[in-house]
Amino acid sequence: MRRLTWFNATSLTFGFAFLYLPMVLLVIYSFNESKLVTVWAGFSTRWYGELLRNEAFLDAAWVTIQVAFVSSTIATILGTMGAYVIVRAGRFTGRTLFSGMIYAPLVMPEVITGLSLLLLFIGIGLDRGMFTIILAHTTFSMCYVSVVVSSRLVTFDRSLEEAALDLGCSPMQAFRLVTLPIIAPAVVAGWLLAFTLSLDDLVIASFTAGPSATTLPIKIWSSIRLGVSPEINALSTLLIAVVSVGVIAASIVTKRSALRQEAEERAAERT
Amino acid sequence: MRRAVLILVPYLWLLALFLVPFIIVLKISLSDIALAIPPYTPTLDLSEGWAGIKAFFGALDFENFWFLTTDDLYWKAYLSSVQIAIIATLLTLLVGYPIAYGMANAPDHWRPTLMLLVILPFWTSFLIRVYSWMGILSNEGYLNQFLLWTGLISEPLTILNTPIAVYIGIVYTYLPFMILPIYAALERMDGSLLEAAEDLGCSRLSAFWLVTIPLSRNGIIAGCFLVFIPTIGEFVIPSLLGGSQTLMIGKVLWEEFFNNRDWPVASAVAVILLLILIIPIILFQRNEQKNREADG
Amino acid sequence: MPEKIFEPWNDPDAKPLIQFKGVTKRFGDFTAIDNQTFDIYEREFFALLGPSGCGKTTMMRMLAGFEKPTEGTILLAGQDMAPIPPNKRAVNMMFQSYALFPHLSVWENIAFGLKRDGRPKDEIAARVSEMLKLTRLEKFAKRKPHQISGGQRQRVALARSLAKAPKLLLLDEPLGALDAKLRQATQFELMDIQEKTGTTFVIVTHDQEEAMTVASRVAVMDDGKIVQADTPARIYESPNSVYVADFIGDVTIIEGTARRSGDGYEISHTEGLPALYAVSDAQLSDGQRVFLAIRPEKVEITADKPENKRNALRGKIIDIAYLGNISTYHVALPSGQIVKAQTANTRRLSRRSFTWEDEVWLSWTDTAAVLLEH
Repeated sequence: MRRLTWFNATSLTFGFAFLYLPMVLLVIYSFNESKLVTVWAGFSTRWYGELLRNEAFLDAAWVTIQVAFVSSTIATILGTMGAYVIVRAGRFTGRTLFSGMIYAPLVMPEVITGLSLLLLFIGIGLDRGMFTIILAHTTFSMCYVSVVVSSRLVTFDRSLEEAALDLGCSPMQAFRLVTLPIIAPAVVAGWLLAFTLSLDDLVIASFTAGPSATTLPIKIWSSIRLGVSPEINALSTLLIAVVSVGVIAASIVTKRSALRQEAEERAAERT
Repeated sequence: MRRAVLILVPYLWLLALFLVPFIIVLKISLSDIALAIPPYTPTLDLSEGWAGIKAFFGALDFENFWFLTTDDLYWKAYLSSVQIAIIATLLTLLVGYPIAYGMANAPDHWRPTLMLLVILPFWTSFLIRVYSWMGILSNEGYLNQFLLWTGLISEPLTILNTPIAVYIGIVYTYLPFMILPIYAALERMDGSLLEAAEDLGCSRLSAFWLVTIPLSRNGIIAGCFLVFIPTIGEFVIPSLLGGSQTLMIGKVLWEEFFNNRDWPVASAVAVILLLILIIPIILFQRNEQKNREADG
Repeated sequence: MPEKIFEPWNDPDAKPLIQFKGVTKRFGDFTAIDNQTFDIYEREFFALLGPSGCGKTTMMRMLAGFEKPTEGTILLAGQDMAPIPPNKRAVNMMFQSYALFPHLSVWENIAFGLKRDGRPKDEIAARVSEMLKLTRLEKFAKRKPHQISGGQRQRVALARSLAKAPKLLLLDEPLGALDAKLRQATQFELMDIQEKTGTTFVIVTHDQEEAMTVASRVAVMDDGKIVQADTPARIYESPNSVYVADFIGDVTIIEGTARRSGDGYEISHTEGLPALYAVSDAQLSDGQRVFLAIRPEKVEITADKPENKRNALRGKIIDIAYLGNISTYHVALPSGQIVKAQTANTRRLSRRSFTWEDEVWLSWTDTAAVLLEH
């Protein structure tokens, strides 16, 4: 039997306190009146107001969202194709190189990815801006999508595709009508992951962004290098809130549907 | 035909945007710095035909790599990156294992929530999570305020801009990568194994050493690699928390490129960093392969 | 009116629906199917029976088109199947896992194949309701696969594969996922549906009872080869090898040497004991090593030496397996050989005549045992 000992309980308490305390402090002090971040001077939403009036931040946020949306969408298409090739296409010339390239960006230090892409863009004379950031983000996030989708494809019951072929589907139809609807949750998860990674990325964006486009992380970076600022605290709180609501809502939805499915299965066995 | 399209589209994308850029890095690492745009020579001039190609290859040399060995900044940075990564990985293991173990022993209906709590920070901006420690660790930060208030110290401790802050930052940001694989291994473990061990005369502590730890070994190894590999090339954490006295290679590369504009040396730094990473990456993949085979 | 016996394989004019001609299938170095030639006839219920890894599933997947023979040809109604992809074959398959599409309802699952043919809507609807009726699933049409029970899922899979009215239906361990009781009921249902639709069924199974119950012919496979293909009765009563005798039902094998005598052979098995006798039309040379296969229910067990039986052996009961309706006795001969004998328990247990350690006589008639060369 598994027992939750006092040792387990203590390590869980301290562990989660360690994980969450810094963020909680950040949220609390974002409502601090004082300009001195570490000195409490009363509750205020002043910094949120300042943040919303800061055009530079809003512009950067808009660029970031556009980049994240476009790059994660392309990355999802390419990454799903890549996963399908890895799991299903069998042998072909250059397969080893292909699977190496699919997985390598996961362990590649961001500074190297950023540097190499920048040198490529300069080498072919491509002006740096939103377009180059999108290319860069698509390249590294498609690999994450591939990992997520291929782990679902590996456990996918192949006889479902064979059944579709057996009932008269062409291979394309089998993918569209059977495989895609079933792996859809993994594809969506891959898209969300790619979107978050793109929103979050500082290093690769710093290398590939030009003067015409600045993303939010670059903006945050240049302001926090000088020290803690209350405006950034407010911005962080907003980002944390959005992510938390999103992740918690997603997990409640999946849990509910899993519970419903379980209940239905149990009911079905009784009939 | 369709299969060929399916393979070619992602293949060509990765060739053009992953492999080719890397070859360019390799090439520039063999070039010389120049006051020009782009700031290195030689540049390949195909209009001169075969002679141009020959001249191009003739001008490539290992001078930048030689330079890296002569200036002790670089090898000290490599060494200290590896050292920081090793220590930080062990610290993360020390903090992460008890949490994963506690999660695995928690009642069934708690586990989804605990999992969610571990994953949630992962979705939150990395930059913000590192930033949150700046306010805690600075001289007039929350930690010093708290310690002064309790009377444990009379002078504020200097933590920010020291290696200690870097360790804290790494443990904090990479903790989920350590917890999740260990938890996965522990959760799969059959609970009756511990009962069997106790039945055969183990104390609970020796059962933990002789059964639980060996059975979570693969999770520990996976977790350590997942922390160690990205930590070596880390840039954000040492820049924000480590100050000027922490030397890490990711930071050196960044500065070489953006501040000194020495592209050939920056490229050479990148090539060597990758060579250092190849060994742990291969070991990691072999471990994963073994796990997959054991599962299948 | 005498019932016409369905035995197209004995009719030289009958045209087979499926012909395997020298079919070999290799996966790398491994030979899954070894040069097999045989026919399956229309309206047949043909069972491929064998342990896992014997090649029976490969055989079926070649019929469905998921594998191509390495050598040889497979003909369906006289046409070479090799160039035809699975989605263009008039063959449908019921998968072992059922492979029901989890995102589609029962109705949509059954209609899936019909829609691919681009048939008119009302025709599809009519065909689906016909199939739902045939498999008694009308009430569940709107449910998703996870909302119905295992037995119902099995019927959906059957309905889906029958919906396109294939010339040939392949069933891969169709009842493997059902519990024992449901399996028996479903076996009869399968036979019923096969008869109603007149479709040729090829079933793959490792369950010998299932194969014997449903099939018109059973092909016993071992190591990529069909060892014997015949009606269930002949497979059981006249196995052609020790492998088949042992695989189907319970059997005692006694090894010995044969000597021609009258209509059959005398088999000397243990020195000092009288030779056994079996009627056989096998052509054996004197002194050849043979195996005598005898089914337990054909062995009589008595306290005294039976009169006028040539096959009588004395032994001691070492084990009794009581199964309710029957009991199986394991009797050890002085040589150590175990012979199994079965009796029906027509009397109450308390009045059973034999118990452990009893010395008993075993006997059987001259035609009860089968003489096998290998």
